[in-house]
Amino acid sequence: MNGPHDLGGRMGFGPVRPEKDEPVFHADWERRAMAVTSGMDSTGEWTLDMSRHANERIPPARYLSMSYYEIWIAGLADLMTSAGLVTPEELASGRMMVPAKKVRGKLLARDLADVLAKGDPVTRDTAKPPRYAQGDKVRTRNMHPQGHTRLPLYLRGHVGEITRLHGTHVFPDSNAHGKGEDPHPLYTVSFSASEVWGKAAHPQDTISADLWEPYLEPA
Amino acid sequence: MPHDHDHDHDHDEGSALSPIALRVKALESLLTEKGYIDPEALDAIVETYETKIGPRNGAHVVARAWSDPAYKAWLLKDATAAIASLGYTGRQGEHMVAVENTPETHNLVVCTLCSCYPWTVLGLPPVWYKAPPYRSRAVIDPRGVLAEFGVTLPETTAISVWDSTAEIRYLVLPMRPQGTEGWSEEKLARIVTRDSMIGTGLPRAAA
Amino acid sequence: MNGPQDLGGQMGFGPVAPEKDEPIFHAPWEKKALALTLAMGATRQWNIDISRHARESLSPAQYLGSSYYEIWIAGLIKLMLAAGLVTEDEVSSGRMKVAAKKVAGKLLARDVAAVLAKGGPSSRAATTPRFKPGDRVRAKNMHPVTHTRLPRYLRGHVGEIVTLHGTHVFPDSNAHGQGENPQALYTVRFAARDIWGDARHPKDTVSADLWEAYLEPA
Repeated sequence: MNGPHDLGGRMGFGPVRPEKDEPVFHADWERRAMAVTSGMDSTGEWTLDMSRHANERIPPARYLSMSYYEIWIAGLADLMTSAGLVTPEELASGRMMVPAKKVRGKLLARDLADVLAKGDPVTRDTAKPPRYAQGDKVRTRNMHPQGHTRLPLYLRGHVGEITRLHGTHVFPDSNAHGKGEDPHPLYTVSFSASEVWGKAAHPQDTISADLWEPYLEPA
Repeated sequence: MPHDHDHDHDHDEGSALSPIALRVKALESLLTEKGYIDPEALDAIVETYETKIGPRNGAHVVARAWSDPAYKAWLLKDATAAIASLGYTGRQGEHMVAVENTPETHNLVVCTLCSCYPWTVLGLPPVWYKAPPYRSRAVIDPRGVLAEFGVTLPETTAISVWDSTAEIRYLVLPMRPQGTEGWSEEKLARIVTRDSMIGTGLPRAAA
Repeated sequence: MNGPQDLGGQMGFGPVAPEKDEPIFHAPWEKKALALTLAMGATRQWNIDISRHARESLSPAQYLGSSYYEIWIAGLIKLMLAAGLVTEDEVSSGRMKVAAKKVAGKLLARDVAAVLAKGGPSSRAATTPRFKPGDRVRAKNMHPVTHTRLPRYLRGHVGEIVTLHGTHVFPDSNAHGQGENPQALYTVRFAARDIWGDARHPKDTVSADLWEAYLEPA
């Protein structure tokens, strides 16, 4: 979706403000927000792509006025209520009112180090050969889906070059909507900045993005 | 806080003024005190758009075009002059274009960048016309937007969206409904809705 | 600028919500917001393009989180501060603290009808147009950080000139005090599929009014 999260090339946000000696967290609630979100991911009730889509569906005025962890908490609330893990009343009161739903998993303290060390790879085995090879010219599709996609608006309709093949990866556009992993080859595609932004860009600058095969067509 | 020297007539709002209402009230006092504005001119502006300029101007134009083929031809060729001939000129209507609905083409007007709207014939725009949902969707999903307004067009009809990016202002000339043969201009004007001149509606059916 | 005003094709705002029997104004302050904005235009400290840019350069969160007339008031205050007509302190207190600046005009009640009926045409003496109806043109892929009326969703796409509107003030320079730079203005029609891809209806089109500087031959 062309939502508030799709910020590439958007203007009016003011200067980047690096913080001197920035702490890992800026408030206690941020620690809990990060940890609760990570912990709840272990229920297995949603995928990474579903949780990204929950965040980007927040109405633009709210999304753009929220801090990062505020967005996480709003997204988590959406995911948990959609999955039937909690009710809005429970969220408001902070008290259990209906019995817990049976979930697929739970993150235990003793497993944390292993879980973090293992990560959650998104590569998949497939016999399907990739359609493109390094050096191929491709054009990104001019597509504007209502659903989740990882093809940014600013790269659509532009010609770039395949610079790397990453193997086959879970396809977010499908996985975000509970339609399965539908793995596809993933490529790094490099674009000249002037192709993307016009003649005012520096002729030697490039932008590369990791794009799934369905985003691309031969150029 | 309201100011004691303020002679505004907002008593009915009492002390419950919202922050924005207070801010505007303070601005009016300040700008009056500094001599930049004439408070009576403010009242005259508001009165103009509340009572003098509104969609009935546009309905008059449409009804005339439906009744008089020569006027319709003029409207489609030089809308600014044809509309001015009925006495509708001025702000946000300096450069007018009329676009005609036909069985083949339905027109829809939007301003994605701000709120451009033909004030001289339609008055001030409604909130939805100025708000992000309409401005964002009219250009990418005009059929979805029309369906929400209860307008469903045949698949064979083309939709022509006009994004008012410059100072040209657009008026849709809707199709004259069947069953209105012999109607007076006045009677015709009554079935011309504001939305039918934006393109998000159709004229009221002839009853 | 690719700012919050550039909404064509953006998603997530929900359905259009027409209001039944919508009043012209929703609160008394909205009447004043409209009237103050129009009346202050008569001081001629700015033009319509400068005022549009004042609104679109509000922060995206503020712009998208504000109602229409709230945006107008925020824009008006920015313009008046920039022009030195008022100070921050005066705006918050509503009281004059420094003498008024001499301005080029003042809208009097007796002139309102004539001023509104006259409007402010943006057409200027004719220049020689580079394109003519029927020509295929490409909207430039440009991303100025300053004011422009070329929406982002049209950039890079090919359309057809359908109308030449004569010569009009160029907002991209006029919004920044760089002169009117009048040039040919065209209506350019694009196929919806060219702009948005194959998912759109094959017969649908989107037309926009674009200045010559936005276009190149296709």
